[in-house]
Amino acid sequence: MTIELNRVNFAHAETPEKPVLAIDHWSLSAGEQVFIHGPSGSGKSTLLNLLSGLLECRDGEISVLGARLNTMNSRQRDKFRANHIGYVFQRFNLIPYLSAIDNIELARSFSARCADRPTLRQTEDLLCSLKIEPSEWTRPCSRLSTGQQQRVAIARSLVNRPEILIADEPTSSLDQENRDNFMSVLMPLLADHKMTLIFVSHDLSLAQYFPRVQALDEISEAI
Amino acid sequence: MTLMAISVAIFVLLGIEHIRHQARDSFASTVSGVDLIVGAKTGSLNLLLYSVFRVGTPTDNISWASYKDISSNPGVAWSVPISLGDSHQGYRVLGTTTAYFEHFSYGNKRKLSFSAGTPFDATHNVVLGSEVAAALGYSLGAQIILSHGIASTSFTQHKNHPFQITGILDQTGTPVDQTIHVPLAGIEAMHARGSGSLGISSPKEPPQKKIHEDLTPESITAFLLGLNSKMMIFGVQREINTYKKEPMLAILPGVALSELWQMVGLFEDVLRLISALVLVAAVLGLGAVLLASVRERDHEIHLLRVLGAPPYYLFLLIELEALLISLSGMLLGILLLYLCLALVSDNLFASFGLHLSPSVFTSDGFMIMLVVLGAALLTAAVPSMRIYAHARAYDNH
Repeated sequence: MTIELNRVNFAHAETPEKPVLAIDHWSLSAGEQVFIHGPSGSGKSTLLNLLSGLLECRDGEISVLGARLNTMNSRQRDKFRANHIGYVFQRFNLIPYLSAIDNIELARSFSARCADRPTLRQTEDLLCSLKIEPSEWTRPCSRLSTGQQQRVAIARSLVNRPEILIADEPTSSLDQENRDNFMSVLMPLLADHKMTLIFVSHDLSLAQYFPRVQALDEISEAI
Repeated sequence: MTLMAISVAIFVLLGIEHIRHQARDSFASTVSGVDLIVGAKTGSLNLLLYSVFRVGTPTDNISWASYKDISSNPGVAWSVPISLGDSHQGYRVLGTTTAYFEHFSYGNKRKLSFSAGTPFDATHNVVLGSEVAAALGYSLGAQIILSHGIASTSFTQHKNHPFQITGILDQTGTPVDQTIHVPLAGIEAMHARGSGSLGISSPKEPPQKKIHEDLTPESITAFLLGLNSKMMIFGVQREINTYKKEPMLAILPGVALSELWQMVGLFEDVLRLISALVLVAAVLGLGAVLLASVRERDHEIHLLRVLGAPPYYLFLLIELEALLISLSGMLLGILLLYLCLALVSDNLFASFGLHLSPSVFTSDGFMIMLVVLGAALLTAAVPSMRIYAHARAYDNH
């Protein structure tokens, strides 16, 4: 199993009596691509933050790629995340004043996998395969279109060759055409890299791209 | 804004420090090897200022007889009389004897030297300071006319007494550079014949004349004394200060200088306090700006955390920003200072004889900059800690 959760209960520190997530058991095998949907505020982002180790889970057991996140300290989780997990958000995926190349290099710099670190050349290949023109590579990201920014965000999330990609409403800020464009670029890349994908959105029309579709309330009993 | 505030604070702090240092160096190097300065009874500062720095006006003269009397004292090794009161195009004229060129020294006991020509040997000869020669474009052999009083446009020109330039001194970085030296007898000659001095043409004697005994002045402004032994300074000083025939004052240049510093010191402290306050305001402003930017950068912080940036990385990020801002503020301030120094140094030199070296970097200057950097980093620690805590206790948006 790539991801396995057992008896996970999570509540924010300010409201301990009101659990956000209560997951008895949930797992994801390697290379699986899951689409999780649910209304906003239902705890989707919290689940993703737990999986990436941004939030610490004190009650229950989360293992990712065979490593127990609960037993790691904050620094170890930061490293683990940099090395193994790629992330794409709805908005603000890139540091606006850095260029596409610099944003990707920044993500690379946090990864400790020196031995198989991708070269700049591979970064450029990645950008090409995402249909980003070389003329756009060195411009500040704030000058790129939203569609371009989201594609650069994919490149950034893939640069450290993570085993897992987490996508948090990555298409919500895009129009219909850009959304289809985004999905058609993303899915073959994942297949090529045999990556596990957790894709969260409230937009059910995207479910067609995924073999496995789950509503958050099927996974968590908190609500 | 923060950048500007920091650069202004740095500018003021370094500027004051620099000018203070330079002023002290320059003032202290102006007179050296002189044991006593003697003049009419007045404040010791006043005597020092007008006799050596040519600032202010003498209150009274002392008689030639008294000068002769005191310089014949067995303890006196040498004496140089000086007589002030005339000018040429705003430059002061100093009447003296050739002993001046032998004994007057500046800096680290360096004697005056000639870049061209020789000391005067006739009544109507003149030796120029380097600045005078350069500014007015005079060369050896030229004739100049002196005017009565010290304003640059005097109504009374000593037209009948042109002086011929026989020597030009090397640059010293002291008021000597702006002084026109003539023999005492020359001064006497100019003033002795009152009708001629008003500029009404009544040609009389040929200007080139060997120094005569009858041109001995009646009075002089002050004189400098060198003694045979340092041990005698206080004895001779007391003797002069209690001189019966005429009220006179003898001062030690070093003591008078330190009195001057005490007076100026208060002013310096006020300036320093003000610039320190400006700096505090600037640094606090920097802290506030960074704090605001931390609030605006929630997304960026979140993104960096997701990419795997540890909390201390974010801490360092903000500190680095503070460092960059304060460094560029300093750079700007120093550039500004250089610019201002370049602009005013000529002016300062002309009006105060203050020679500013362009190098701002003294050890004190470095200390100031280190303190500023430290203060900036310390203040930036507040927003940095905030971002750090935020990153540690990461919670959902």
